[in-house]
Amino acid sequence: MTHLLDPQAAAADAAPRREPPPPFGDATRSEAAFRAFLHGLPGVDQVGAEARVGVLGTRSIKTTAKAWAIDTAISMVDLTTLEGADTPGKVRSLAAKARQPDPTDPSTPRVAAVCVYGDLAGVAREALTGTGIHVAAVATAFPSGRASRAVKLADVRDAVANGADEIDMVIDRGAFLAGRYLDVFDEIVAVKEACGEAHLKVILETGELVTLDNVRRASWLAMLAGGDFIKTSTGKVSPAATLPVCLVMMEAVRDFRAATGRQVGVKPAGGIRTTKDAVKHLVLVNEVAGPDWLSPDWFRFGASSLLNDLLLQRQKLRTGHYSGPDHVSVD
Amino acid sequence: MSDRLAVRKTYKLYVNGAFPRSESGRTYEVTDTRGHFLANAARASRKDARDAVVAARAAFGKWSGATAYNRGQVLYRVAEVMEGRHVQFCDEVAAGEGLSSSRARAAVDAAIDRWVWYAGWTDKLAAVLGGANPIAGPYFGFSTPEPTGVVAVLAPQRSSLLGLVSVLAPVLACGNTAVVVTSGARPLPAVTLGEVLATSDVPGGVVNLLTGDAAELGPWLAEHDDVDAIDLTGAPAGRAMELERLAAGSIKRVVRPPSEEPDWTADPGTSRLTPFLETKSVWHPIGL
Repeated sequence: MTHLLDPQAAAADAAPRREPPPPFGDATRSEAAFRAFLHGLPGVDQVGAEARVGVLGTRSIKTTAKAWAIDTAISMVDLTTLEGADTPGKVRSLAAKARQPDPTDPSTPRVAAVCVYGDLAGVAREALTGTGIHVAAVATAFPSGRASRAVKLADVRDAVANGADEIDMVIDRGAFLAGRYLDVFDEIVAVKEACGEAHLKVILETGELVTLDNVRRASWLAMLAGGDFIKTSTGKVSPAATLPVCLVMMEAVRDFRAATGRQVGVKPAGGIRTTKDAVKHLVLVNEVAGPDWLSPDWFRFGASSLLNDLLLQRQKLRTGHYSGPDHVSVD
Repeated sequence: MSDRLAVRKTYKLYVNGAFPRSESGRTYEVTDTRGHFLANAARASRKDARDAVVAARAAFGKWSGATAYNRGQVLYRVAEVMEGRHVQFCDEVAAGEGLSSSRARAAVDAAIDRWVWYAGWTDKLAAVLGGANPIAGPYFGFSTPEPTGVVAVLAPQRSSLLGLVSVLAPVLACGNTAVVVTSGARPLPAVTLGEVLATSDVPGGVVNLLTGDAAELGPWLAEHDDVDAIDLTGAPAGRAMELERLAAGSIKRVVRPPSEEPDWTADPGTSRLTPFLETKSVWHPIGL
């Protein structure tokens, strides 16, 4: 590999491979061993997974429980804009919405983070200073991930330097599907190192992984490599976050904590547009991973239009009558 | 000859161009004026009303943006399809309202003619209700009527087809989308009108028909922030003032109900067109 942009990357390539946490320390000793480990994970019963989310989706969450769920979901939102047409003005207005989602009701909780492209992280950081709202930036040649590692690492360092304290990276799906798992592992490790203090969310892009078995393997791979969060999708590929995928990922973080003691967060992103969808995800979190994950530190929604629907439902509960899209901001 | 078993019908709602059951799963029996069973109808719930408003709002952009000419053609086509269902409408009106077959036929004829009449209004509204304003200044001023938005209609309780058409067609002719609560006891002509609309060129969501109880659904629609106007013609006796008060919270246009259901065969004039239009005035300077 050539390293025109970044001589440090060459040194990183030459450095000894970082080991996964015990008891999986030797899983990455060779390509064959790592493949054997990932393929040795229990298979996912797809029909069973769909049936399980189907049953959990019928839970009736009403009145005070619904109010709690809505406020919790708002506080978990990573308010996102990832368009080619993004401008500093749009990011500032998004930041204003993040600070005060519903100007008619100051008791509305703030969202967890604002998620933008790396070049706009500085604008978001400036607008959010002192609020406790995180600035997340997508990096590593988002959304395709098709660039050399040096470019990806430069992308990450740039976003962190601009003020991002959370980095959303994409894995190399081509390498993953071709079975070059160690390449993917090494890349996540390198990105994690480039992040420094910043939190790392690893986007698996489950819509391109095809099977739930692959989702489980990619989840474990990302957690072993040191990801702080595993995230379903970029939002640019359909299908994005589906409930069965989320179920498999919640099981993965639960099992990973049981084995290693380290807790990893989950972020479904893309395709979650209604309060009902969000509540179904919260039920899934509670039933599969447990209440430890029911906090913005461990569970996030990557969304843009979801927030408005949550606010409309919140207004409905508060006033007793239906609200309309004229009563939330256009974004 | 053996008696053929009757096909007992259970009708559904008409929302967003489809025919869903009520979210609540409720139905009620519709009888003729002598109490004989006619069919089952869905009893819409507040959540059905909510879904209907969402559908009407989504459909508003396309319907209000269509040219007046096109809107007129689409509405005229509805009258054509109604004509094809003439016999069915006559049977339902006769049974529901207890009319003789000749009087029922007259009512259906009048309803279809009324629809055609309103279809003709689409491209005349701007000329009659808008125009150039006389202004003492160096600029032009123009006013044009624009549709109000999503209109909730509590349809007349007694006149099940002519009354329904008389309140619904003007809402559509102006370019609004509608959420209609049909006559509670006589919903069948409205159900058939839904089938007519579904097979005509009216886009899904422009008209949403909810069968059920106006006393139950009225307050939810009156209070709904995303409904821009409400026609209280079919409001339950004595409840109109309460509904008007609820509607004030979101500054809706309100059409008050007459003290008694009017004679729908009379010439309607423009009194049902103007309440659902907003006047937009623009000015631009005279070139010097």
